[in-house]
Amino acid sequence: MSSPIISIAQKPRQTDPSGGSQGSPAQLDAPEAPKSPVRQFLMSRSSGKAADTTFSAIMLMCALSIFAIVLFILYILIARSKLSISQFGFKFFTRSAWDPVSGDFGAFPFIYGTLATSLLALLMAVPLALGVAVFLTELCPQKLRAPISFVTELLAAIPSVVYGLWAVFVLVPLMRDQLGPFLQKYLGWTQLFNGYNFGVGLLTASIILAIMILPIISSIARDIMLAVPISQREGVLALGATRWEMIRMGVLRNARIGIVGAIILGLGRALGETMAVTMVIGNHPEIPKSLFSPGYTLASVIANEFSEATGDVYLSSLIEIGLALFLVTIVVNAIARALVWAVTRGAPARAH
Amino acid sequence: MATNPFHTLPPPQDFAAGASPTQQTSRRVRLNRVRRHLWNHVVTGLAVLSTVIVIAPLVAILGYLIYKGASSLNLAFFTHIPAPVGEPGGGMANAIVGSGLVLGIASLMGIPVGIAAGVYLAEFGRGSWLASAVRFTADVLNGVPSIVMGIAIYSLIVMRQKHFSALAGGVALAIMMVPTITRTTEEMLATVPHAIREAAYGLGVPRWRTVLSVTLKTASPGIITGCMLAFARVAGETAPLLFTAFGNEFWSLRLNEPIAALPLQIYVYAISPYDEWHRLAWAGSLVLIVLIMVSVTLVRIYANRGVLKGAS
Amino acid sequence: MGVGIDVENLNAWYGSTHTLQDISLNIPANHATALIGPSGCGKSTFVRCLNRMHETNPIARATGVVKMGDIDIYQDANPVEIRRRVGMVFQRPNPFPTMSIYDNVASGLKLNGFRNRAILDETVERSLRAAALWDEVKDDLKKKSGASLSGGQQQRMCIARALAVDPEVLLMDEPASALDPVSTSKIEDLIFELKRQYTIVIVTHNMQQAARVAENTGFFLNGKMVEFDSTHKIFTNPKDKRTEDYITGRFG
Repeated sequence: MSSPIISIAQKPRQTDPSGGSQGSPAQLDAPEAPKSPVRQFLMSRSSGKAADTTFSAIMLMCALSIFAIVLFILYILIARSKLSISQFGFKFFTRSAWDPVSGDFGAFPFIYGTLATSLLALLMAVPLALGVAVFLTELCPQKLRAPISFVTELLAAIPSVVYGLWAVFVLVPLMRDQLGPFLQKYLGWTQLFNGYNFGVGLLTASIILAIMILPIISSIARDIMLAVPISQREGVLALGATRWEMIRMGVLRNARIGIVGAIILGLGRALGETMAVTMVIGNHPEIPKSLFSPGYTLASVIANEFSEATGDVYLSSLIEIGLALFLVTIVVNAIARALVWAVTRGAPARAH
Repeated sequence: MATNPFHTLPPPQDFAAGASPTQQTSRRVRLNRVRRHLWNHVVTGLAVLSTVIVIAPLVAILGYLIYKGASSLNLAFFTHIPAPVGEPGGGMANAIVGSGLVLGIASLMGIPVGIAAGVYLAEFGRGSWLASAVRFTADVLNGVPSIVMGIAIYSLIVMRQKHFSALAGGVALAIMMVPTITRTTEEMLATVPHAIREAAYGLGVPRWRTVLSVTLKTASPGIITGCMLAFARVAGETAPLLFTAFGNEFWSLRLNEPIAALPLQIYVYAISPYDEWHRLAWAGSLVLIVLIMVSVTLVRIYANRGVLKGAS
Repeated sequence: MGVGIDVENLNAWYGSTHTLQDISLNIPANHATALIGPSGCGKSTFVRCLNRMHETNPIARATGVVKMGDIDIYQDANPVEIRRRVGMVFQRPNPFPTMSIYDNVASGLKLNGFRNRAILDETVERSLRAAALWDEVKDDLKKKSGASLSGGQQQRMCIARALAVDPEVLLMDEPASALDPVSTSKIEDLIFELKRQYTIVIVTHNMQQAARVAENTGFFLNGKMVEFDSTHKIFTNPKDKRTEDYITGRFG
């Protein structure tokens, strides 16, 4: 049998002295040639097994340090708030007292303030953030995409204290002199805008909070929407949908879970935001009766009063508030990350 | 957006001339189509509007900052410590240097641990449940309010030592840097093609040496950028320093004493009643923002080279 | 000088997939042995078992006896030691992107701690000459990065890198499949030269290449080695019908 391949194989090169036999069996040709210095060197090197084990152990320990950090914070916060817990019990979070002089503490106004500012901020930020996300992923011309997302990243990078500074000197006067009276005039019937308007208060804090959480919601929503496969979009378009319908049915429907996750992440951020809120919320430990009233958040009360806390119970109460903040943000963030992960399937999230 | 929503519709029909039921149905269909297209444009407009509204604060803040800050920024800002209350002049030199010191301590502690943890996630723990747990915890830790870190370190170090210190501030910032750096390092290492590692293994290079001299080296531009990002992020943090570094009106470079820091000083001055201090606060904010903008820009440049996003 | 390889009952798994089933063959020293077969038949896996690269995948494992010279590479030695004696060239060129050409070629030595400048210089030159790349890069050794060369040059540099550690066996997993015909023929010429000094095992899906370059050929199919004989025999008078079908192009 002659195969077509043999003709190519019959090139002059194929004159091999061993004539195609199996060749010498598995032995070195005697006598053994002297080993080159390279070979000698390599044979003398250890295989590095010990170093490998040590190295991976060190890396593992550093990775475990992340658990250690969380556990340590938990431990120390619990330890130092024992005093307050034993004194006030769980009612601590439902009572409205806050009197350092008499030693009577109850954190309810702060919870109210935190929730109110955060939810108000979400109310303002979420539609805008989703609008930006939709714009950037679906509608934006290619050239504008990079600058605009760059701008949102910059917004996210501005430190809290700078936002606070701006809020104090720009937003507060704006609220006091223009925005406030405007709202009172046209929306006063809602009873939300009663009382004196000094510029600081619930609404101002919510606005600056909204500005601060907007970039994070927007960029995660963008990541989520980008994770929706193109086939989904194309399928809807092929049925004759308009752009918006394609976005609604092809993208948002699939991204629903992740977008909820993005919103919850924004909530988590809002709950813990300290500096900017502290500077414009008015720092008054009472439940605000209108959007213009001063309030207090969990984070703000710690920021304001911690260094002046005299007395163990006072300090312990503040630390207990810190503990509550810690636990709440962990739970909120865990839920949010789980939702986001479910949609992006564990692809590395950007470090926000 | 100036496109005619009717341009895709067929020409109108004459119903008076006895159009058939099919033609009448198509009128409903046509109106529906008009509604859909209108709605499409409305939503598009809203999206554009919201983008504009979002960009507005940044422009407003930056613009105002530059306007207020630039005029206050002078050489004295960088070389003098704050003047006594009421007196003009002075600067934030001690705060800048103090920030540098605290950030230096934080970086020294946070960067190696963060990179090592990232190496573990990318090289040794791939696919293991432990790695997933670490990754998840790091992400969650990133969301913990920084003031909580502050009071935790206060309880750990300041209360024991009975004084505030730069060291405590550094530790508080370090534990904030670790999760961020871990995640970015892991991402950057994941972009190194597996073929490169195989080349090293094939040469008989032990694992640890491969990770150090080949994988880390290949990913190093991205890793360094990730560290810069974390650095810039904690550089602007005030809350964790409130009860650890505490702030200091005078020069201090001692690790065991309270120390000034730029964001801290800005905060204190911003809520003070003195105009002169307000001016300094604006100037300080500008310096802080410039530092951060530079870092974000550099990260952007590297993000375009590597792959920072997992999707798409 | 090369050594021969004796394989007895080699079995390999990726997770639960039994990729190699009872492979036994003898690879003679200082000869080139080609392994042919359709995609997915296990020839790449086999070659990776020869320098224990198969194990770098966490879900992979292998059993059996592989004797290199007189050492069982699975029982008597650890993977790192084996890989220093066996050079490997991969399907796609994989130079180290952060290193210069010099550093790339010398990496097998430098990354293992070798410091002697003079010997390094000499080794790099010798390896690049053996890989027929010296003349093209001798002026840019330290200036150009390894990744800046063309595909064919990169692969020859990878061959030089593998040669620099003075291996006894050279494994080549489809070394020319990602390259243009000119580079391919340069590499085939190279193999022809190299087999005088080293034992070469080359995986290829190109039967003409096997016929040109190797004295012995093994035909793999579905994880089993169907036939192993001299190249001439395989291509003119194969014993097994499956081999004949493959050779004549009926499948694969």
